[in-house]
Amino acid sequence: MSSAAPSIILDNFSLNIADKDLFQNLSCTIKANQFTCLLGPSGVGKSTLLKAIAGILNPELFEISGTVKTSNDQPVTEQIAYMAQTDSLLPWLNCLDNTLLSARLGGKVSKEKKQQACDLLQKMGLGDDLKKRPQALSGGMRQRVALARTFMQDKPIVLMDEPFSALDAITRLKLQDIAAELLQDKTILLVTHDPLEALRLGNVVYVMAGQPAQLSPPIIPPGTAPRETTNQAILTLQGQLLTQLEHT
Amino acid sequence: MKLVRLALIILSIFLLWQCVVWVFKLPPYILPTPVKVLHTWYAQAGLIWDQTKPTIAETLLGLLFGSLWGIFGALVLISFKPARLWLLPILVISQAIPTFAIAPLLVVWFGYGETSKVITAMIMIFFPVTTAFYDGLKRTKTDWLDLGKTMGASRLKLLWQIRIPSALPGLASGLRVAAAIAPIGAIVGEWVGSSHGLGFLMLNANGRMQIDLMFAALFTITLITLILYYTVDFILHRLISWPAA
Repeated sequence: MSSAAPSIILDNFSLNIADKDLFQNLSCTIKANQFTCLLGPSGVGKSTLLKAIAGILNPELFEISGTVKTSNDQPVTEQIAYMAQTDSLLPWLNCLDNTLLSARLGGKVSKEKKQQACDLLQKMGLGDDLKKRPQALSGGMRQRVALARTFMQDKPIVLMDEPFSALDAITRLKLQDIAAELLQDKTILLVTHDPLEALRLGNVVYVMAGQPAQLSPPIIPPGTAPRETTNQAILTLQGQLLTQLEHT
Repeated sequence: MKLVRLALIILSIFLLWQCVVWVFKLPPYILPTPVKVLHTWYAQAGLIWDQTKPTIAETLLGLLFGSLWGIFGALVLISFKPARLWLLPILVISQAIPTFAIAPLLVVWFGYGETSKVITAMIMIFFPVTTAFYDGLKRTKTDWLDLGKTMGASRLKLLWQIRIPSALPGLASGLRVAAAIAPIGAIVGEWVGSSHGLGFLMLNANGRMQIDLMFAALFTITLITLILYYTVDFILHRLISWPAA
């Protein structure tokens, strides 16, 4: 099982591409065991920040300084699971094998892992599609498999880069519910440009704006995730956030 | 449907050919009618088949080793940066040398037998395979590689489990081209020096003005090429059913 989730600590973090400062001396803590949402307009550097934390930025293009560490002082890159905007399912593997990708890349796939993946996909309503290739699935189903794959990595930290942005509104709500249920007890950092998504899922929401980008004071939505879309407080906050994003 | 279309195309070519012979009243030692060629093909079947066997062997061996060489080349190129910088220009230069021109040399170096023909075919085949496969390896989606990296996969694992499968559709196009040109390689090798094979038969028939036999041999080569191409195409479609990245 996953060890207790650590928090992520950014200290004096600066990131620069082609003489453009995306971040300058940013210091913040992404709290452990919480769902943190970064909300911001396109191009502000949300995805770049996630990739920097995940350690997959091309070092030839980006200049990075400062530190990114976790509260347990273990290497960050060994504790994360990363979920990108696209589902990144491999077209030559079926759903089950895609879900087991990290085990496959790590060496042998144990029987227990396989059974666990089967059960998980079953629970997510994909029981009949285990042997189907991703091309045969709808966008929502594909993203569900991607979510299952992320979960199967069994890492304490999950970084999510607008994972539901390509889906229709209803499917998106359903997947947010699944994500909230599946990813409890992990440290999650989700970036999105959808205020409702941030407010439904986040324990804490930050608005990211400016160049170099700064974080707003934390916004703490009332209640527990996944919050209802009919919740009046959430809707009011959504309206405020939309106005705020418009003026950044 | 594919087969019906193919049959129709071949039939119209034969019809056109027959008409040309009739209209221009060409003698058979210039251009025999397709009927005459088919007749010769049937009458000389034993001779033609004997000469076809070595050509098929050379073609298949050339295709096998040329493809392996091409696959190996692409893997070296993608794995080692110095190889990309130094080997790629050499490969391109090697392709600028016409195979027809060095085929006689190959006969001198590797002898009159089948080896020189296999090598001629290999030289013609490896380059399209290398470029197609290397292109596929290079074009692996960054998202997939990033995902693999965040899962802690080693370079070898990334190559084996993500890059290579993602490049297989590219490799398949290279192999299709290879299947189409492999018989040409074998025939070129036979033309410049051999004592058997369809290329040898063609040269001989040509020299003796047996144009019908010459065409029968040509027809056989075309048939081999078509069968080889469609077999390879069929197998590849079966094995690699996902789209290119």
